[in-house]
Amino acid sequence: MANQLEKPGDLRIGVFVCECGLNIAGTIDCAEVSKYAETLDDVAVVVQNKYTCADPGQNEIKKAIVEHNLNRVVVASCTPKIHEPTFRECVADSELNPYLFEMVNIREHCSWVHQNEKERATEKAKDLVRSGVARARFLEPQTEMEVPVTKAALVIGGGIAGIQAALDLADGGHKVYLVEKEPTIGGIMAALDKTYPTMDCSI
Amino acid sequence: MMDVGRHPRIELMTNSEVESIAGFVGNFNVTVRKKARYVDPNECTACAECTKVCPVAVPDEYQQGFSSRRAIYLPFPQAVPSSYVLNMNDCLGNNPIACGKCAEVCEKHCINYDDQDELVNIEAGVVIAATGMEVYDPTEYDEYGYTRFDNVITSMEFERLICAGGPTGGHFLRPSDRKTPKSIGFIQCIGSRSRDGRGNPYCSNICCMNTVKDTLLLCDHYPGIEAKVFYMDMRAFGKGFEDLYMRSKEEGVKYIRGIPGEITKDAQTDNLTLTVENTTTGRREEHELEMLVLAQGVIPRRDGEQVKKLLTLSTTSDGFIMESHPKLKPVDAPTKGVFIAGCVESPKDVKDSVTQASAAAARASILLNAGKTKIEAITSRIDPARCNFCGICAQVCPYNAIIAPDRKAEKAPTVIQAACAGCGACAAECAQDAIIMRHFRDEQIMAQIEAILEINPHQHLLTFACNWCSYAGGDNAGTARLQYPTTCRLIRTMCSGRVDEKFVIHAFRLGAPIVLVSGCHFSDCHYINAVHWTQKRMDRLWNKLDKLGIRPERLRLEWISAAEGQKFAKVMRELEAGVKEVSEEEIAHTMMVLAEEEAKREEKISRRMVGVEG
Repeated sequence: MANQLEKPGDLRIGVFVCECGLNIAGTIDCAEVSKYAETLDDVAVVVQNKYTCADPGQNEIKKAIVEHNLNRVVVASCTPKIHEPTFRECVADSELNPYLFEMVNIREHCSWVHQNEKERATEKAKDLVRSGVARARFLEPQTEMEVPVTKAALVIGGGIAGIQAALDLADGGHKVYLVEKEPTIGGIMAALDKTYPTMDCSI
Repeated sequence: MMDVGRHPRIELMTNSEVESIAGFVGNFNVTVRKKARYVDPNECTACAECTKVCPVAVPDEYQQGFSSRRAIYLPFPQAVPSSYVLNMNDCLGNNPIACGKCAEVCEKHCINYDDQDELVNIEAGVVIAATGMEVYDPTEYDEYGYTRFDNVITSMEFERLICAGGPTGGHFLRPSDRKTPKSIGFIQCIGSRSRDGRGNPYCSNICCMNTVKDTLLLCDHYPGIEAKVFYMDMRAFGKGFEDLYMRSKEEGVKYIRGIPGEITKDAQTDNLTLTVENTTTGRREEHELEMLVLAQGVIPRRDGEQVKKLLTLSTTSDGFIMESHPKLKPVDAPTKGVFIAGCVESPKDVKDSVTQASAAAARASILLNAGKTKIEAITSRIDPARCNFCGICAQVCPYNAIIAPDRKAEKAPTVIQAACAGCGACAAECAQDAIIMRHFRDEQIMAQIEAILEINPHQHLLTFACNWCSYAGGDNAGTARLQYPTTCRLIRTMCSGRVDEKFVIHAFRLGAPIVLVSGCHFSDCHYINAVHWTQKRMDRLWNKLDKLGIRPERLRLEWISAAEGQKFAKVMRELEAGVKEVSEEEIAHTMMVLAEEEAKREEKISRRMVGVEG
């Protein structure tokens, strides 16, 4: 698919505006944001979804990539910390490089914090979408580097949590280094007589 | 505990501390300091001959100081490893005149007074931080008389006094006269849910059920004992907890809603009289009790800073380590390949610690089983054609990921891709624009600035926020639904160290009233010390703006951590006022000054070009 532009200016950006139920749509006029996104240069298609992260929402993205031959995808929804990986995988499924995806946060940074200022929040959402589309124009496909993972774990702390984590990993076949500051493991738990709710001894 | 000691795949390093952790997910290079133990744990048979001859007696930490131990000792009978340890601070030393007795009687010759600390290097793919917690010291609640009255003890001291392995062999005795008390009281929430500046504002989670457990133990050991619990709310929320709470009530334990305000001691009997407002009846009551237990809360470890720095973790406002996401990634640390378990994350009981530890182990196993992981393609690249071999990039890099240029050979620097973490400090410092940050290129960020300031620039607070702290602080404000003005227009970079001077200047040139650069606190920086470069650059920019007649106050710098949603919202409110203060004339003047500067620079460049051509 169109990962690299055939010629400069041949941008085809898809914008997906998420309502997140009422989390976003309760404050922001998503239809107005969508209508505005259509007016932006290089935007080939705008789709408004109830839940963009759910399967039907993702399918809309995949469908639009094929139908409109999109080479950039912008999703205006929540924080990238939750769903950036979701949408990167989604566009990758349609054989678009995941780095040609851009996320605009209109939930945590907009609808949730401006609940009493609907018009201004909508204006802000439009500005953020415009900024996201502007960035998307300059996105480039990237290749992620794969690194090996050393097959050993370091567990710091030999209290009940460290002991359990170390045993689980070691029982699973992994080498574990358990580092404890004190001369013995056991931590606070070892100083307890009985523990609830079983009322049995702690060691 | 025994299972750990004999597991073939667990290398147990006790009496040891992690000194440094370098590297990245899948490839952590760890240095551990194995502190001198002075007893060879592989040879020691725990025969106890050494302890018998040791002349030193110091308070036994394990027994909460209720009994003493020797300078050479086994921490407790079930200790793992089952080896004695010599505390050199307590020991009289291997001086034939002073002592040396333990070494004389040790048949295995496993005591070595000249033992040294040893530094060990280990390679690990994942790290689990399970560094635990400490208990709250109730001394500052002087009204409860913990330091003044012998018969006021803490819940940790209670554990040792009721334990068969404790200093009294499990006979519960009160310290003043070593008699079993006939009545005992418990005061809840000591150092927890406090609003008076002492202790902590959070609930310590475990103390209600721990006290319920204590009362059941007492009723079991001493039928007919009079036990009273003074509380503000009893929280028996977990599986099986309500049953235990009801059982305790059925056993005759009295639960009195009210925290005592004053405690006095009878000089003759050593009994304690508590004055309390019973908030259920609204009456003031007095209770005479023979003994009192303070249900002390849980606090973050005082040496927690060390772990935070080692693994570049952040803490929430209560001082416990912050998880990657409170609901969806509760055992992942924001640093990839690092997981958290137990009380380092928040106060919790044994069951929850075990649950979280198993979860952390399972999350870590995903990486270990896969044997490989992908690294986000956000690293830096150098364009040799633009490089002037100054070498600043190599100096800036917190990871030593840039091999310095060779000026004589005209060899540009190169970036070790696996070592680069993508902070972008090098790109921001490079005056030649010769460094390309993948996925955070200059063109991309400039395009965002231009797009934001395209419409009504004078109304917008252009904000740069680092991915890990300030952006997440904004998320935190959102999750908490903290309301703030709509002025902010935010651009995310991985680190505040990425914010180039030209981004800021460009924003002012396009009419921004205020520009905010926000990043992690120095101690929280996710790129070791890249945030220092943010500070240096801001200092330079403030000077530059001042010289150009632009008010430096219009460039703001704020450190906002991922947990500081409150601060994020507060800064937004403050800067809303700041934006309104900047007049249109001032903005127009700034734009003119910077346009002139731009023209001068362009003229200089074109003159140089002409010179080259000529």
